[in-house]
Amino acid sequence: MTVIRARGLGRDFGAKRVLRGLDFDVARGGFLVVTGPNGAGKSTLLSLCAGLLAPTSGELRVDAERAEIGYLAHEPLVYRELTPLENLDLYGRLYRIPERRERIGMLLERFGLWEARHERAESFSRGMTQRLALCRALLHEPRLLLLDEPYAGLDEAGTELLDDELQTLARERTLVVATHEPERVGRLATSTLALA
Amino acid sequence: MRYFGDVAALARKDLLLELRSRDTLPAMLLFVLSTLVVFHFALPAETSETAETGLLWVALLFTALLGLVRAFVAEREQRVLDGLVLAPCDRSAIWLGKGIGVVAFLVLAEVVALPAYALFFGPVGWELVVAVALADIGLAAVGTLLAAMAAASRARELLLPLLFLPLVIPVVVGGVGASVSAHPGRYLAFLGLYDAVFAILSWASFEYVVTE
Repeated sequence: MTVIRARGLGRDFGAKRVLRGLDFDVARGGFLVVTGPNGAGKSTLLSLCAGLLAPTSGELRVDAERAEIGYLAHEPLVYRELTPLENLDLYGRLYRIPERRERIGMLLERFGLWEARHERAESFSRGMTQRLALCRALLHEPRLLLLDEPYAGLDEAGTELLDDELQTLARERTLVVATHEPERVGRLATSTLALA
Repeated sequence: MRYFGDVAALARKDLLLELRSRDTLPAMLLFVLSTLVVFHFALPAETSETAETGLLWVALLFTALLGLVRAFVAEREQRVLDGLVLAPCDRSAIWLGKGIGVVAFLVLAEVVALPAYALFFGPVGWELVVAVALADIGLAAVGTLLAAMAAASRARELLLPLLFLPLVIPVVVGGVGASVSAHPGRYLAFLGLYDAVFAILSWASFEYVVTE
């Protein structure tokens, strides 16, 4: 069963054509790796799949509700003035997560942010912010995960943690990962899309 | 009930952000107070009550604008608005939560502005207080929608006043009318109607402002 189906997908920003004529499918439980140089349109493609942008041409069908999509963007999508607990609690309420506090505590523990749970996100390093962004994207246990450069800013421990996490997620979820380092996730991938 | 739970969570977040950053409210308080002080010294002694009331409304309008310019700064800087838009809640809850925050800041600014007006110019009647309360709802309803539109634009600092000021002229007309007229009821009803129409329009159209 297909979760994402794109036919002739294109997206322009004004006069600039970022994506053109893309055809691909992602099956349920599939793992699509999107590669390409800077400006190739990897982030745009993920924004289209998340429903944040609309295609300029072609067709894109995503068989998932908003509540079933987890999206890790370039920016962490968290409030800098709030703590990890406050940020995740807000999203937890909006996503109506049952046993929200337990889920948040478990994620913060797993991503090594439990000790910093009462610190404001503005005091975090790039790597800690990325860990918090990953917690936010995974909070509601999404069926479809869209990850844009998930390894960005992570140190060695964070990278290994994410490797383990992706290995687990690949068994039970559908993933689309945009990355400059396809070799990191290559062994998990079921298909690859190279953007020029 | 879930809808109002989402609104409460979003409004609480805005108040917490302001409590932490103290970016907006101190600026609004300082602006409205200093504007009234400037008017007090700039106006001749024989200025009419109508003119003084008009200047109060001008000060309140620009104070609201000051708060609205910053209303979506936190969401814009970290693209948090994308995160909120992706959440499975009704997107109008984002508008309502933000609007409640804007009303709270306006009320706090007016708690300072109205006694200052009474001190510098003249007594504040119940009509003026009711008119200001009704105006707050209209200003927040229209302003929050326009602030979200402007946040997505590069020329946001220019765009917001250009859109906001013409749309809130009826608020000034109703506010000044209610404050100086012998029959304030008609003007208060006008402000109430403005609030109802623009709150419904803004509530219904917010989703289209934050999505493509």
